[in-house]
Amino acid sequence: MILSAVLLAVLALGLAGWTFARNKARLLYAGRGSMHSMPVYHGWHFALWIVLPGLLAWGVWSVAMPTLVNGSILADPAAAALPADDMQRAAILSEARAIAADPSVFAFDPLSARLADPIRVAEGKWGTIGALLVLICALAGGAHAWTRVRAGFPARTRVERVVMAVLLVVSLMAILTTVGIIGSLVFEAGLFFKDVSPLAFLTGTHWSPANAHGGDISANFGAVPLFWGTIYIGAIIAMFVAIPLGLMSAIYLTQYATRRVRGWFKPLLEILAGVPTVVYGYFAALTVAPKVRDFAAWIGMNNPSTESALAAGLVMGVMIIPFVSSMADDSLAAVPRSMSDGSLALGATRSETIKKVLLPAALPGIVAGVMLAISRAIGETMIVVMAAGASANLSANPFASMTTVTYQIVQMLTGDQEFNNPKTLSAFALGLVLFVVTLILNIIALRVVKRFREAYE
Amino acid sequence: MTDIKLQARNVDVYYGQKKAIDNVSIDIDNGLVTAFIGPSGCGKSTFLRSLNRMNDTIADARVTGEILLDGEDIYAASMDPVALRARVGMVFQKPNPFPKSIYENIAYGPRIHGLAQGKADMDVIVEKSLTQAGLWNEVKDRLNDPGTALSGGQQQRLCIARAVAVSPEVILMDEPCSALDPIATARIEELIDDLRQTYAIVIVTHSMQQAARVSQRTAFFHLGVMVEYGETSEIFTNPREARTKDYITGRYG
Repeated sequence: MILSAVLLAVLALGLAGWTFARNKARLLYAGRGSMHSMPVYHGWHFALWIVLPGLLAWGVWSVAMPTLVNGSILADPAAAALPADDMQRAAILSEARAIAADPSVFAFDPLSARLADPIRVAEGKWGTIGALLVLICALAGGAHAWTRVRAGFPARTRVERVVMAVLLVVSLMAILTTVGIIGSLVFEAGLFFKDVSPLAFLTGTHWSPANAHGGDISANFGAVPLFWGTIYIGAIIAMFVAIPLGLMSAIYLTQYATRRVRGWFKPLLEILAGVPTVVYGYFAALTVAPKVRDFAAWIGMNNPSTESALAAGLVMGVMIIPFVSSMADDSLAAVPRSMSDGSLALGATRSETIKKVLLPAALPGIVAGVMLAISRAIGETMIVVMAAGASANLSANPFASMTTVTYQIVQMLTGDQEFNNPKTLSAFALGLVLFVVTLILNIIALRVVKRFREAYE
Repeated sequence: MTDIKLQARNVDVYYGQKKAIDNVSIDIDNGLVTAFIGPSGCGKSTFLRSLNRMNDTIADARVTGEILLDGEDIYAASMDPVALRARVGMVFQKPNPFPKSIYENIAYGPRIHGLAQGKADMDVIVEKSLTQAGLWNEVKDRLNDPGTALSGGQQQRLCIARAVAVSPEVILMDEPCSALDPIATARIEELIDDLRQTYAIVIVTHSMQQAARVSQRTAFFHLGVMVEYGETSEIFTNPREARTKDYITGRYG
């Protein structure tokens, strides 16, 4: 409580300091060239020297305080009655903390009611100490900076350096997050591969983690049916829909449509990309899947299932259309006009020009678009969860229910999780495979696009 | 006897509301090179592009008046622009070979129009076209190399060979040497002189020296109007109009 207040106080101090330092610097200003930095930079320099030490102290204290508070409570005589078991102890303490914050909360355990008071006292004590510490740091920083408000002081370069440092830290965060994700994937997948041989995982054709008991469980973790389902739905059926539709609409939009039509069609097409995947999911499950089943029954299949690779793949293909069409659109538009002029001037028709000159020239860009679309499709989850089914089938029959890598990850990580059980850990191995595949697809696609751009510049 | 190939009568060209060409009438003869000269933006390229209906590809371009090819109105409803462009070929300012092999660049047009009966036939057409464009000896051993790997001058001659390969009657050239160095330019100019035996040639150029070197007739355009048209030697030595004289003596442009 008091810590939040002190944070506001530090910011207010910074703001006031900005004004003071700038005004002081203004008094020093005696015409052009009289100072190294303009007064406003002295303002920023001073404000930063107040705010940054304050924030730093605040951050350190926020991390350290719970430990200190805990220490005080455990030293309290009432804490002697706490049970030895860690879990029960933590439950009582968190209840006590809730009561300390809001006395009207009902106490399930009388002990937590008794502990509430000591907690309140300890939090008050350590909070006040922390607040003082933060203020001292902020003021000390400010005092240091105040002496620097001099004509010759390079406040401008210092401020620029801080700006750069802030930007660096922010961009590092994104990178570090990625590194952290990869790290946890690799680590957990490593635990999984201690129990299951990687070879059996990557080449086995039998997937039944539920039956994995006893000594050798590798045979239950053959992921090939999942890979097959993923590829069949995301890279084959979906692309059968997305490539022709996306490509042809891109050709129409870039080559035939008038500016007016293009102005309407393009945004409408892009709406497809804005539909939440869960909406596609129930569209697939409730609208498309029953039709697919009826069709399967009509062509004479025996007892077709409601969930099918075809239903999921068709809807996924529709979802992917904007990816293919916008990449194809860009690469067709990037082919110089002189190319099509050259062809038309030889007496080629428009479609001959498109087929024989524009498409070959735009092919690398189109291929890259398709790859990005595939990597998007195989990572897609909602549609397959709702429409593709859960059975690990190694089948080429599009009407069969199939499962995918993403679906299995959802299965493993929802409900009961046991991070020492290969069943749960298999999700990480699957995630790692998916990550590597989409990474490779993306890298290839970006390379292709880059080379293609260079060719025409 | 005059041998008129192309005849323009009171041609106006508009881009939207803007009038780019105003009432141009001109006769273009077989066996001659006709040069269009004039300062930038005077409409000479626009007029050239209306001679094979390339302006059709620009959304708001509009042509009025009559343009006759062998007495036939090329803007008549019965005239197919695709067939027209096979008869009136065009070479552009910047060399624009297709991203295909040298052979395929030449074979493209004949294949579309079904001019060859087989591979052997096509080989003959490719060799003949490249020879006409003076490129055969330089590329005969690497017909499968990409056309874009050639030098700028060679690329432009490839584009000329490509235009020649569909056996047109007229070849329009839109500043064909403006992206080339002087040596490559000299090659193309020689080539133009050779080609005029077979085709009527119309060339747009910025360079008055080039017009004087390669053409027999010259038309001077200014602000969308054709100011003067006549024998090249006349235009350059004894122009009738003051504006022509100012331009060729370098007073403006």
